[in-house]
Amino acid sequence: MNESPRDHALKVTLLRRSELWKNAAARMRRLAGGKTNDAADALSMADDYRMLAHDVAKIRRLLPDSRAREYLETAYAQAHASLHRPAWHPGHAILSLFRDEIPAVVSWLRPHIIWATALFILTVIAGYWMVHTYPDLIALFASPELIATVERGQLWTEGLLNVVPSSVLSLQILTNNIVVSLFAYCAGFLFGLGTLYILGLNGLMLGAVFAFTSLHGLGDDLFTFVVAHGCVEISVMCLSGAAGAAVGEALIRPGDGTRAESFQRAALRSGKLILACVLLLVGSGVIEGYVSPNPVFPLWTRIVIGVSYWVLMIVVLNGWLFGARRRGSNLPSLSGPA
Amino acid sequence: MDLEKGLVVDSVTGVDVALPIAGPGARSFAFIIDWHIRTILSVAWYIVAAMLHNGSLYVNAPLTPDSAWFVYVIAPPAAIYFLYQPIWEVVTRGHTPGKRMAGVQIVSREGGAPSVGSLLTRNVFRLVDSFPVAYAVGLVTTMVTRHHVRIGDLAAGTLLVYVHDGAPLTHYFADRPAESQLDATTAEVVAELLQRWEALDEAARRRMAQRILADTTDDEAILRARLESLATGGRS
Repeated sequence: MNESPRDHALKVTLLRRSELWKNAAARMRRLAGGKTNDAADALSMADDYRMLAHDVAKIRRLLPDSRAREYLETAYAQAHASLHRPAWHPGHAILSLFRDEIPAVVSWLRPHIIWATALFILTVIAGYWMVHTYPDLIALFASPELIATVERGQLWTEGLLNVVPSSVLSLQILTNNIVVSLFAYCAGFLFGLGTLYILGLNGLMLGAVFAFTSLHGLGDDLFTFVVAHGCVEISVMCLSGAAGAAVGEALIRPGDGTRAESFQRAALRSGKLILACVLLLVGSGVIEGYVSPNPVFPLWTRIVIGVSYWVLMIVVLNGWLFGARRRGSNLPSLSGPA
Repeated sequence: MDLEKGLVVDSVTGVDVALPIAGPGARSFAFIIDWHIRTILSVAWYIVAAMLHNGSLYVNAPLTPDSAWFVYVIAPPAAIYFLYQPIWEVVTRGHTPGKRMAGVQIVSREGGAPSVGSLLTRNVFRLVDSFPVAYAVGLVTTMVTRHHVRIGDLAAGTLLVYVHDGAPLTHYFADRPAESQLDATTAEVVAELLQRWEALDEAARRRMAQRILADTTDDEAILRARLESLATGGRS
């Protein structure tokens, strides 16, 4: 109560503007909730924002612990959020994502893709060599049921469609593959080590299982089963690994910004590629559910399907399917450290 | 509101925007509400669809489940449970029913609405935050980080802030004459006491009114009339 007459007058004058604040807040809620298309409302927003900023500055000094300040701060923050809400044009956003952004991410991730693929191939070779040389080591990579089935001279994939319908098989497989792919990406958070572990383990398992089936004369049958869906599935595993490795590298070598900023930048950039990976895995899952276990399809058909889908993947990742002609100056810049 | 405790964002007006950051408590509260909603919806779908599929009150899976069982009984509840958060957040740009009830909202680090890419990224990273069980990693991260964010928020550049949609603003100020001797802070207290008069316990509101008015009168009607007179500068 011990305030100067000037401050008292200022406070009363300020608080008499409360109706203006309420009107601004109501207008903002209408606009934010999409409940109005009134151009006058939209134009008033800029004036409201300035008016609220002016009053917030005053009330912080005059009435720092008041309810009126809390109300005004909230209204100001909401006006700020409404004005800075990005435009949402789904069609354009999707086209831009596939035509410009994903190809740019692929270009940025090229070194990571090469290293991830190299690591995967090396671990496949290592897994193959280990089990081919010491067959008992298959117990490290495969379940006892799978081992027993192969030792009986059968592939575990035989008669799969008699047990589970194609639609269900597809759903199960694509869900599992998507989760593995997302894990490979997220595990990059552990300075890339989690991603390397997932890539390496999958490579070792693939090599080991091929070696084990080859030892029992089933290597060709396994290749026949895998080829239609495996080309893209394995490629996507390497792409997810590359995205995870980029996230890990951003934490190890943050460049100019802080680690948190670098991590955020890398995660958001490489996340775009993960979206493409998820869509590609849906296609792979459908092939693995409907084509791969079905003995009707001969080897050459499977190879055609596998290679065609892989070529489609390359076309999609380069944006050629959506009108991107060349990678160059028209693409968003992604230079700089991750 | 303490600017030091929240996130302060630059604005073109030159007046910083202060965002009160939600802590682990508010986040957990919102999550628990959302978890209950999606669990109830998923279980309800499963039970109804299973009974319709089986043609009886029996809800267990048949011995040889056909594709209809998976497509109509298993897949939709799984989709509801796992896609509930990302779909709500993307469609409403940062809200879910649980977040609304907890009075929090997702915003970008610039104070604006987060992009779709950010929202999807923060949801993908739930795989890490939920590790190993009950969102342990996410909960610990929200406790130790400055802005109380989980790893998904770090990756997406988002954070959770309080929104006080219902913050009351007293109606009395506009009516008060400028020459009134009542200071603004006291006027707010008086206005709030009058607004909540009926909801307050009789003894509590009498005690508060006596303290503000420095009066020992026990008659509630007189106390209230004097408070109203005080709030409106003697014009009521």
